[in-house]
Amino acid sequence: MAVHPVVKLMTQRLALGLLLLLAASVLIFVGTQILPGDVAQAILGQSATPQALANMREAMGLNDPAYVRYLHWLGAALHGDLGQSLTNGEDVAEAIGKRFGNTLFLAVVAAVIAVPTAIILGLIAVRYQGRWPDRLISGVTLATVSVPEFLLGYVVMFLLAVKYRLAPSVSTIYDTMSLGEKLHAIALPVIVLVLVVLGHMMRMTRAAILNVMQSAYVETAELKGLRPFLIIARHAFPNAISPVVNVVMINLAYLVVGVVVVEVVFVYPGMGQYLVDHVAKRDVPVVQACGLIFAAVYIILNVAADVISILANPRLRHPK
Amino acid sequence: MADPLVDVRNLKIEATAYPPGEPPQDITIVHGVSFTLEKGKVLGLIGESGAGKSTIGLSAMAYGRGGVRITGGEVFVNGRDILKLGPGGLRSLRGHEVTYVAQSAAAAFNPAKRIMDQVIETTLAHGLSGRAEAEARAVILFGQLGLPNPETFGNRYPHQVSGGQLQRAMTAMALCPKPDLVIFDEPTTALDVTTQIDVLSAIKEAIHDTGVAALYITHDLAVVAQVSDHIMVLRHGRMVEYGDTGQIIGAPRQDYTRALVSVRSIEHEEKRPTAEPVLKVEGVTARYRGTDFDVLKNVSVELHPGQTLAVVGESGSGKSTLARAITGLLPPTRGRISFAGRELSAEQRARSRDDLRELQMIYQMADTAMNPRHTVGTIIGRPAEFYFGLRGEAKRKRVQELLDEIEMGKGFIDRYPAELSGGQKQRVCIARALAAKPRMIICDEVTSALDPLVADGILKLLLNLQKIEGVAYLFITHDLATVRAIADSIAVMYRGEVVRYGSKSDVLAPPFDDYTDLLLSSVPEMRLGWLEDVLKHRRMESAGN
Amino acid sequence: MSRIPVSALIGLGFTGLYFFVAIFAGWIAPYGMAEVVGGVWEPSSSQSWLGTDSIGRDLLSRMIYGGRTTIAVAAAATVLSFVIGSILGLTAAVLGGWVDQVLSRGVDLVMAIPTLIFALVVLSVMPVTLPILILVMGLLDSTRVFRLSRAVAVDITVMDYIEAARLRGEGGGWIVFREILPNALSPLVAEMGLRFIFAVLFISTLSFLGLGVQPPLADWGGIVKENKDGIVYGIPAALYPAIAIATLAISVNLVADWVLGRTSSLKGGRGG
Repeated sequence: MAVHPVVKLMTQRLALGLLLLLAASVLIFVGTQILPGDVAQAILGQSATPQALANMREAMGLNDPAYVRYLHWLGAALHGDLGQSLTNGEDVAEAIGKRFGNTLFLAVVAAVIAVPTAIILGLIAVRYQGRWPDRLISGVTLATVSVPEFLLGYVVMFLLAVKYRLAPSVSTIYDTMSLGEKLHAIALPVIVLVLVVLGHMMRMTRAAILNVMQSAYVETAELKGLRPFLIIARHAFPNAISPVVNVVMINLAYLVVGVVVVEVVFVYPGMGQYLVDHVAKRDVPVVQACGLIFAAVYIILNVAADVISILANPRLRHPK
Repeated sequence: MADPLVDVRNLKIEATAYPPGEPPQDITIVHGVSFTLEKGKVLGLIGESGAGKSTIGLSAMAYGRGGVRITGGEVFVNGRDILKLGPGGLRSLRGHEVTYVAQSAAAAFNPAKRIMDQVIETTLAHGLSGRAEAEARAVILFGQLGLPNPETFGNRYPHQVSGGQLQRAMTAMALCPKPDLVIFDEPTTALDVTTQIDVLSAIKEAIHDTGVAALYITHDLAVVAQVSDHIMVLRHGRMVEYGDTGQIIGAPRQDYTRALVSVRSIEHEEKRPTAEPVLKVEGVTARYRGTDFDVLKNVSVELHPGQTLAVVGESGSGKSTLARAITGLLPPTRGRISFAGRELSAEQRARSRDDLRELQMIYQMADTAMNPRHTVGTIIGRPAEFYFGLRGEAKRKRVQELLDEIEMGKGFIDRYPAELSGGQKQRVCIARALAAKPRMIICDEVTSALDPLVADGILKLLLNLQKIEGVAYLFITHDLATVRAIADSIAVMYRGEVVRYGSKSDVLAPPFDDYTDLLLSSVPEMRLGWLEDVLKHRRMESAGN
Repeated sequence: MSRIPVSALIGLGFTGLYFFVAIFAGWIAPYGMAEVVGGVWEPSSSQSWLGTDSIGRDLLSRMIYGGRTTIAVAAAATVLSFVIGSILGLTAAVLGGWVDQVLSRGVDLVMAIPTLIFALVVLSVMPVTLPILILVMGLLDSTRVFRLSRAVAVDITVMDYIEAARLRGEGGGWIVFREILPNALSPLVAEMGLRFIFAVLFISTLSFLGLGVQPPLADWGGIVKENKDGIVYGIPAALYPAIAIATLAISVNLVADWVLGRTSSLKGGRGG
C-alpha cells in the first residue's frame, strides 16, 4: 500500500530536521575548535607559560584529532553531559538547567502576549487596509523593528522604570518568588520582547492574510452574497492558517535570539546572559553547550512550522 | 410587454491606473453602454482584451473588481436599480438572483473545501432550501452537466478533478440556487478545444433546461454564436454593434464587426515539396530528466525550404517538446535530427555557430521573450552583431531595415518592450529571428496570446516574410484555423506521437483517424447551429457503432 | 529620470547626512574622540551640546566618531557579504546542477543557526578585532544575500529571453552581465540597504555585549554600554545612539522601498 503523502513529507521534514541538528552541532564544534588561532592560547592570553599552555591543551583534549574530540563531545552531550566550565569548573548541564527554565519562562510569557496581539493587529490592519488604523499600526511597528533590542530595552527602562517607576529596572527572580512577583519582575523584558517580535509578526501576518483575501475564491464567496463574517470564517481563514502559523513560528524562533540580548539588558538570570558572560571569558564548553541548545530550539521551531504547513495543505491531505 | 430582467442604461465605469513613474490617474474604461436582457435569453458580450466586457458583466452584480468603480448610469435587475442597494440588498442579489462563472474555476474554488459544500453554499446561506434538497439538486445538475459519478462527484476536493470538470462544477454552483441570471465570464477560454466543445454544450443544455437568462462573455465570436440569442460587440469600452446573433455574424453592419467575423479566414495556397528537406526528424524519442515517461515517441517529420510545417496538438501532446528536441535543449534519447543536409548534435552546446544562426525560434509570450531592460535596437541588433560582427552605424542601419520589414516605423529603435503593444512585441521578436538570416524558424504558439485581429496581422506578416526571405517555419499551434492559414504540411500530435502527417490537403481531407476527426470537428465554426450539428453527428456516429 | 517621491528624498537626505558626518568626523566633531572635557554625565550645555559621558568625554564628539566606526564596519561587512553572496548566488542560479545543490544546502545549514548565536560562538575563540568582526559579519550575512540573489536570478533564468540568448550561442559573460544583472540590480540594491541596516544593528548589538568594537574606539553600541548605568539615575546619555540608529535605519528603509518600487512599476508596465 502506498504511503500517504503527508506521512511521507512529514517523515522527510523530521529527518531533515535531525540532519540539520547534527550538522549544526558539527558547525558549532568546528566554529570553536578548528578556526585559526590556538584555543588554549586564546583562553589563557598572550602571557601564558608554555607549560600552562601544554596543560590546558591536555585538559581540553586538544592533542586528539578533531573528529575524535567532536564524537566525544557529541556522545557526552547526548547523555546530558555538557562538560565542565573552564572558568569555575562547575557542571555546565547543571548550570544551564535552571537558566534554561528561566529563559523559557520569559520567552513563553512574551509569546503568549505577542502572538494573539500580532494576529489581532494584523487582522485590524487588513480590515482597514490603507486607512488610518492600518497606517498607524504599520508606522509604529516600522519604528520598533528599526531599533535594536538592547536600545529598545533601555528606552523602555528609562521611561517605565526610571521616569514612572512602574516596574523594576533589574529583573532578578529566584525560586521563592510567587508567580505574580515573578511576572512583575519580568514585566520590562517581556514588554521589550513583545515590541520586537510584534512588529515582524504583525507585518507578516498582514501580508499573509492580504494575500488570501485577494484570491479568486474569496471573490467567488463575495459574489455568492455571503456575509463578510462568513467569507472570512469559511473561505479566508482555513487558507490563511498555514501562512500565519508559519509566520508565528518564524518569529518565535526569532524570539529565541532576542532573548539573549534582552536578558543582558535587564540582568535576567537566563541562558542568554550566561552565554554572553562566558563568550567574554572564552569558556568554550559553556559556549558550545549554549550555542547547541539555542540552535536546537531554533531548528525545532522551524521544522514545526514546516510540519504545520504540510498538515494545513488540502492538496496534500487529500491526494488525488 | 413585461419589464426586462436586466436593463442597463448609460453605464459608466472608471478605474485607477498606475503608470510607471507617474502619479495614479483615473481612467474611464466603460463609456456609457446600454442594453436589456429578457428572462430566459442569452446575451453575448464580445470584444478583445481591454474592451471592458468582463467589467460590464460584473456590473450586473454591482461588483467592481480591484479598483474598478461604477460611476454613472443605472443597472436594473428585476425592476430595481441595484447600484442603489445597500450591503444587505446586494447580498440578496448576489448568489440568489444573479450568479457568476469565472474563467479560471481552478482559482475560483476554495482549495480547502469539498466541491459539494461550495456548490450548495449559496442555497443554504440564502435560506433557499435545506441541505438535503440542495444536495439533491446539485447531484441532478452534476448529471445534467455530464460530470462522472454525479452522486459522489461533490465529495471530492477541487484539486482532485480536471480543469474541464471543475468548469462544469462551477456552472453547477452558479445554477444551484436557481438564479434569474448567470454571468459566464470566458468559461471555456482556458480549455483545450476538444474539452471546450463538451463544456460548451453542457452549459448550453443547462441554460436551456433551467430557463435561466445569461450574459456570456468571450473574445471568440464563433463560440458565442453557438449559445447566445443576441450579441453586443464591444471595443475600448464602447458599444460597436448590438443585434441578434444571426444578424451579427450573417450581416454585420460595422467594419470592426466584419473584421471579427472574417478573422481567421486567411487562405494560403499549399506548396508542394521541392528540394531536399531543410529539416529531417527521424524516429525521435525524448523524455525529461528524472522521469520514466517518453514525452516524444518515435517522431518523424520533414520540413522543406521556404515552406511551413504545422505541428498541431492539445496541451500535453508533446508539440512544444518537439521544438525543445530540435533546438537541442532536450537531447533525444533515440533518433536523429538533420538540418540542411548535415546531422545536428543532440546537445545545443555542441552545435556550431552557423547551426545556431540558421535555426531561430519565436516564442508564445513576447513579453518574456525580450529582456525588459534592453531597447528594441539592442534586441534586434544583438544577433546582427553576434553572428555578422555588425557594429555602430552598420548595425543601426540593419536594425532599421528589419524594422521596416516588420512594418514598424522609425521611432521604435530606442524604445523598451514595456512601451510596445502586444502585436508590436511579437513583431520585434520576429525581427530578432530574421536578423540571424535563418533557414528555418520555430514558431511556438506565436499567435495564441494575441487578440484575433492582431494575430491575423502577425500571420500575414509571417507569410509575406516567407515569400521574401524564403525561410521555412516549423509552426507549433493548437489552433486549427491558424494551421489552415499558414501550413503547407501538417503533423497532428497526440500524447507524444504523430498520429497523422502529410500535406495540408491530405491531412485535412477524409477519411480521418479518430483523434483528428475529434480535433477537427471540435473547432468552433462561425455559423448558427454548428454546435447542434456536431453533437447530432457525434450521436449518430456512436449509435452506428 | 522619473520624479523621486518625498519619502525617498527624506531618506536620501538623512542617509547622505550620516555618511557625510561619518566621513568628515575629524573636521566636524568639536572635540577629540577620547578627550576628557568635563565632569561625569554633565547635562547638555553650550560647550557640549549633548553633555558628557561616564568619564567626562564630550558625547556629541563620541557620537560622531562612533557613527564613523559603526557605519564603516557595517558598510565594509555589507560590501563583503554582497561580493560573496551575489557572486555565489548568481553562479548557483546560472550553473544549476550539483554546484547549486552544494551551495544551497551549505547556506541552509549556516542559516539553521541564528546569526547572533553563531557569531558569539565564533567570537568566543577569535581575537575581537575590526577585520575579524567585518569578516564574521560579512560571511554570516552573505548567506542571506546568496538566497536573495539566487532566487532573483532563478526567476530570471527561466525567462524565454535567457533561453533565446542561450540558443543564440551567447557565452556565460553576456548572459550574466547583459541579460540577468540589469534585471537583478534593483532588488539587489534594495536588499543592500536592508543588509546595511541589519549590519548596523548587529555590530551595535555585539559592541553592547562587549564583543564588538573594543575601547578606546567609540561606536554606537559601545556608547550605550559605557553609559547604561546612567539610565537608573535618569541620565539619557545611553539613549542617543537609539535615535541615531533608528533614524538611519528608517532613512535607508525609505530609500530601499523606493528602489524596489521603481523595479516593480517597470515590471508591471505593460504598454498598449
